[in-house]
Amino acid sequence: MSFKHKHILGIEQLSKEDIQLILDTGDAFKEVNSRDLKKVPTLRGKTIINAFFEASTRTRLSFEIAGKRLSSDTVNISGSTSSVVKGETLEDTAKNIEAMAPDIIVIRHAHSGAPHYLAERVNCSVVNAGDGAHEHPSQALLDLMTMREHKGSIEGLEVAIIGDITHSRVARSDIYALSKMGAKVRLCGPGTMLPVGIERLGNVEVFTDMRAAIKDADVVMMLRIQLERQSNIMLPSLREYARFYGLNPTNIQLAKPDAIVMHPGPMNRGVEISSVVADGVQNVILDQVENGVAVRMALLYLVSGVESMQTT
Amino acid sequence: MVKAETAILDKAGITRAITRIAHEILEHNKGSEKLALIGIRTGGDLLAGLLQTRLNEIEGVEVPLGTIDITMYRDDLAARGNLPIGKTEIPFALDGKQVVLVDDVLYTGRTIRSAMDALMDFGRPNTIQLAVLIDRGHRELPIRADYVGRNVPTAREEDVEVVFSETQAPVEVRLIKP
Repeated sequence: MSFKHKHILGIEQLSKEDIQLILDTGDAFKEVNSRDLKKVPTLRGKTIINAFFEASTRTRLSFEIAGKRLSSDTVNISGSTSSVVKGETLEDTAKNIEAMAPDIIVIRHAHSGAPHYLAERVNCSVVNAGDGAHEHPSQALLDLMTMREHKGSIEGLEVAIIGDITHSRVARSDIYALSKMGAKVRLCGPGTMLPVGIERLGNVEVFTDMRAAIKDADVVMMLRIQLERQSNIMLPSLREYARFYGLNPTNIQLAKPDAIVMHPGPMNRGVEISSVVADGVQNVILDQVENGVAVRMALLYLVSGVESMQTT
Repeated sequence: MVKAETAILDKAGITRAITRIAHEILEHNKGSEKLALIGIRTGGDLLAGLLQTRLNEIEGVEVPLGTIDITMYRDDLAARGNLPIGKTEIPFALDGKQVVLVDDVLYTGRTIRSAMDALMDFGRPNTIQLAVLIDRGHRELPIRADYVGRNVPTAREEDVEVVFSETQAPVEVRLIKP
């Protein structure tokens, strides 16, 4: 039952067993992050390139820390300071990166499918750190790790995901991951932000009334309104959005009393989530960030193992 | 092909060995004051638990007990691919402790090298001692055990397995010939 994936392109390609192994490995690596000396020699001598062609603070930092705690050499390149701005194609950039013999490329790109394109053209492992509105696998895995930590098991959970589903790669990866692990997903947002046919991705029910969506939910996950991705106006005003689709101390009471509140960050306080809820006792938002490092250590470790088995 | 398995130590034998090792540890360390036990997963952690119980029966003191998984520190990860990683739990400070590492079978010594590297990342023990149930020889590193349950001369092709029951109690030690 060992891990066979050289690349992590999306949750769609992973099996339930794969996800379980990643979460268990993440649990084991979490202990390293609680030590005084936060470093293990596991990936010594490996080179990991974090190629972020789109803005990111949390994910890039998380992957960088994960790589460093495993003793690999991590190097970052970002879109704005790379030769992409000089007109180089993704393929040429990739070939040039590859010529420097990295073991893993972690890529974030504004276009869906960019990591797949890269994986077909380079010999090293490719890990998707978010591609367009497609997938964000490491985020879904840290979400699952956090849910499992707080709820014991993922199977049977009722998970409400609320916000701009259309533009959310987090939602897509979470739908795949939660469905594979036996949880039920309730998607909710204004009609303009709910893509037609999204329920076909997994065990999904679609709502436009937020109160119905969070009723008796075990997990309430709020998504950020991605103002930078709104090509045309999809909502009348942020104030109206907050009124109908914002999580506040009143509507959170519809969820189960022990429900947890999640957010992939960065939060727009006062829009999709009120500060009272964001800082309330039910929030596990910083646990998500903490688990992000552990789960990314697990991903780097597992793909690196497959990669070295193929080359030796 | 059927493998030939011989039981080389039964349950009573294992219990006697653990009891003797417990006494030797206490004698060597002049009591249990700074003692700590760290069991190596998987197998050594269960034996370390038995040693803790026995030390408690003899001295009336609960010696701190931890477990360590050495996968992250292995020297053959590149050749072995992604081995599953177990949890390391050391819920006490190692600084100044007389640490007894516990493993089931001592063979090449590479596991012990990894375990010592891991321990050093957690703190600076006064001493690290090694207790094993079986020493089967064939060392590849300059490592020896301070406490040995039984020395078993083996061939490299053979395998030594400590069998545990579902309740994690040791059942017997088997020598498996290819």
